[in-house]
Amino acid sequence: MSLLRTVELRKRFGALNACDGVDFTVEKGEFLSLVGSNGAGKTTLVNLITAHLQPDSGRIVFEDRDITSMTVAARIKAGIARSFQLVNLFDGLSVFDNVALSIFAREGKTAKITALAANDGDVRREARDVLAEFGLAVKSKLPAGELAQGERKLLDVAVAYALRPKLLFLDEPTSGVSSAEKAQIMDTVSSVVRSGAVTAVVIEHDMDVVFRYSDRIVMMHEGAFLADGPPDEIRANEAVASILLGTPSPA
Amino acid sequence: MKTAAIALPRSPSRLWPYAGGAIGLVVLASVPEFLGLYQTQLLTYGLIMAIAALGFNLLLGYTGLLSFGHSAYFGLGAYTVAFLLQWLGIHSMELYILLGLPVAAIVSALFGYICVRHTRIFFGILTLALSQVLYSLALKFFWVTGGTDGLRVPRPTLLAGMIDFAGSGGFPRFIRSYYYYVLGIFVLSVAIMWVIVHSPFGKALQAIRDNETRARFLGLRIRRFRWAAFLLSGTFTALAGILWVPLNGLTTPDVLYWPFSGEIVFMSLLGGFRNFSGPIVGGIVFTFLKTYAVASTEYWQLLLGTVLVVLILLLPTGIVGALSRVAKRLWATKEIAT
Amino acid sequence: MSILLVQLLNSLFYASVLFLIAAGLSLIFGVMRIVNLAHGSLFAIGAYIGAWLVGRAVGFGVPVIWLLLVMPVAALAVALVGVVIEPLLLRPFYRRAEEYQLLVTFGLLLILEDLMRLVWGALPLTADAVMDTIPVVHIGGLVYPGYNILVIAIGIAAAVALWLLIYETKFGVLLRATSQDRRMASALGLNVGLVYVAAFAIGCFMAGLGGAIVVPSHAAVLGMGIEALVLAFVVVVVGGLGSLKGALVGALIVSFVRTAGIQFFPEVELAVLYLIAAVVLIARPTGLFGTA
Repeated sequence: MSLLRTVELRKRFGALNACDGVDFTVEKGEFLSLVGSNGAGKTTLVNLITAHLQPDSGRIVFEDRDITSMTVAARIKAGIARSFQLVNLFDGLSVFDNVALSIFAREGKTAKITALAANDGDVRREARDVLAEFGLAVKSKLPAGELAQGERKLLDVAVAYALRPKLLFLDEPTSGVSSAEKAQIMDTVSSVVRSGAVTAVVIEHDMDVVFRYSDRIVMMHEGAFLADGPPDEIRANEAVASILLGTPSPA
Repeated sequence: MKTAAIALPRSPSRLWPYAGGAIGLVVLASVPEFLGLYQTQLLTYGLIMAIAALGFNLLLGYTGLLSFGHSAYFGLGAYTVAFLLQWLGIHSMELYILLGLPVAAIVSALFGYICVRHTRIFFGILTLALSQVLYSLALKFFWVTGGTDGLRVPRPTLLAGMIDFAGSGGFPRFIRSYYYYVLGIFVLSVAIMWVIVHSPFGKALQAIRDNETRARFLGLRIRRFRWAAFLLSGTFTALAGILWVPLNGLTTPDVLYWPFSGEIVFMSLLGGFRNFSGPIVGGIVFTFLKTYAVASTEYWQLLLGTVLVVLILLLPTGIVGALSRVAKRLWATKEIAT
Repeated sequence: MSILLVQLLNSLFYASVLFLIAAGLSLIFGVMRIVNLAHGSLFAIGAYIGAWLVGRAVGFGVPVIWLLLVMPVAALAVALVGVVIEPLLLRPFYRRAEEYQLLVTFGLLLILEDLMRLVWGALPLTADAVMDTIPVVHIGGLVYPGYNILVIAIGIAAAVALWLLIYETKFGVLLRATSQDRRMASALGLNVGLVYVAAFAIGCFMAGLGGAIVVPSHAAVLGMGIEALVLAFVVVVVGGLGSLKGALVGALIVSFVRTAGIQFFPEVELAVLYLIAAVVLIARPTGLFGTA
């Protein structure tokens, strides 16, 4: 059984066919990269799966359950989480609180009004561990708004990761950071995700990053899948190369 | 790349809020000894407004919702006391509180349900409009509410009827005792609000304030949290109204009129709405400010309005915000120097 | 029958005034994304200036028909006040959070209310003389002020003029462009600052005109602005904020409900109004034509 399956998923925005009958499968434990040029439909696909958008038609099946009509909250409970391309953090809260809140939310503890958040030892311990894994422990007390861009991207992933999802979508986790930092971020992210046995789907534009870290690469173009396979196969695929590099494909 | 040294703690010490609170409490407790009857009475009003602003700021500072209709809850508290007196002959302060708060909670829940379905500007307009429903009711049903004349509320009994203030010397005794009574409730309110904003619920509210999208993607039910905050906020402000009317001796529709809601917002801004203690400081300072303004000039609105504009221009983080910025800078330079 | 007609005319009279105030509020919000809490006070200033000018004119023995000119003059005066206020008190706060902008307009309200007290004192100011400029009309056996009908005509004219301005003139295009995307408009070379001042001035003109045309019928009193703002808010809640059509429809609905309410359920007239508003909101959360 695949962890996630979409069946004939469709979404149009006016004349733009963002998702054209997409059949997307994700296997448990994979580290998958979703690539393609801008407007290919990658973010739309992720938005549909995470309930940010509603599909025009088609189904989404997660662990053999049809989740197409489930709300955001229900899908998170089922085990799907995401980070964002444009960093989405709680800037007024400390780095620590950002992650802690994720854990409180997961545990259903956010209705607790009669006890100090600081007194929940279990949550604090887990938040500390997650921050340590992501290398953000020293910045715990800072307000999230004061971090550097690279750290913000890591925190964004950490917050999603702290939900302990089964399937994690990362929307361009290395965009907007310097090349030196890119490797750092992806090293951290991929090691944490793999060691936590979380299945990950990463939307990425940097092909170096993609080839280095992925088990499998899926390429989208104009709302449909163009190629799907391990890095070596994709590298050898000439149609892919022509789209990515702009070289004319051989006749 | 070597990571920088441990990030400096953001405030001189984590105990600072508690130490400051303790000192403040000692100061407040000794006020009647050193200041006259008038100042004590004024400070009682100040503490009452501090409670009102504290409740209001749960919604603004911590949830990110600006309500321009909090006069409704303050007035509701005041009028409920007047009705309890008039219809049920109740004189006990404790009963006023115990019976008044649920009434306010119900109305806050209702108004909140209507308002939180809307976005920011519309939310503000709605809160204002709803508060004016109560205002117009207070005016129109004058045979119940006393209309513009209002309803009188004489001195209540405190501590389950054990203390009353009839007879000669009643007034100064009342002022002093009521000050301590209000102070006690003030301390309790501050403690409760402190726990609320530092609880997981409080953190969730702040998260929703900072980034609604992300909060939704943590699985939080945004509307439900906002509604809960609205309910708590209205109830707190109603408590202030309940405490206010026995001291004022009278409640009139003015306390429901929407410019009073504006004053509550003003108080929070004056103290600083991004700090916990901001509304407290703002409530007290504003009370003194307004009293002296009214006493010194016929055009006190002009004075207050100018103060407000200048405040927003120069001191947008309020008194507490500015002080804490200064304190941080001093702390930082101290660290560098040592 | 005649009573019904009189009530109808009263509703339309009231709706004209409400429309002017609400349209001004909506225009300012639509273009500048500011809710001006002092908008009602500007309406009041229009009333005061109007009444004051009428008083002066009568004192100088001006022929009665010329008193009608007072209205546009008063409106222009309020527009001028707006031209002074916008760069001084509003512009410094555009980059700030919405909360601060709202509070600044509240501070402005306090200032304006006391300025009115300072200039004109605490007693009501009347402009009865203007009522005589138009002869009365006879409806059935009843006598009805012709002036009220003039006000209705002004309301209609204002609605048409505003519609033409926004949808048929080049300036209207500028207004709409700036309201839709301020940064884009600025990037295209539009002088956003000028558009803002102009929009604000027009909004103030509308409010001032509303005050000037209502004052012959209802004297200028302190606090009338604060009261008016609440009604203007009910109008935009019902009609939708930022919409001209919404201001018109909202003003008509509010006005009719209010008139009917006063006639049939005087105690709860305002409550009926709010009830209608609540019903509209449940069906259409941003008001009937809202863009907020």
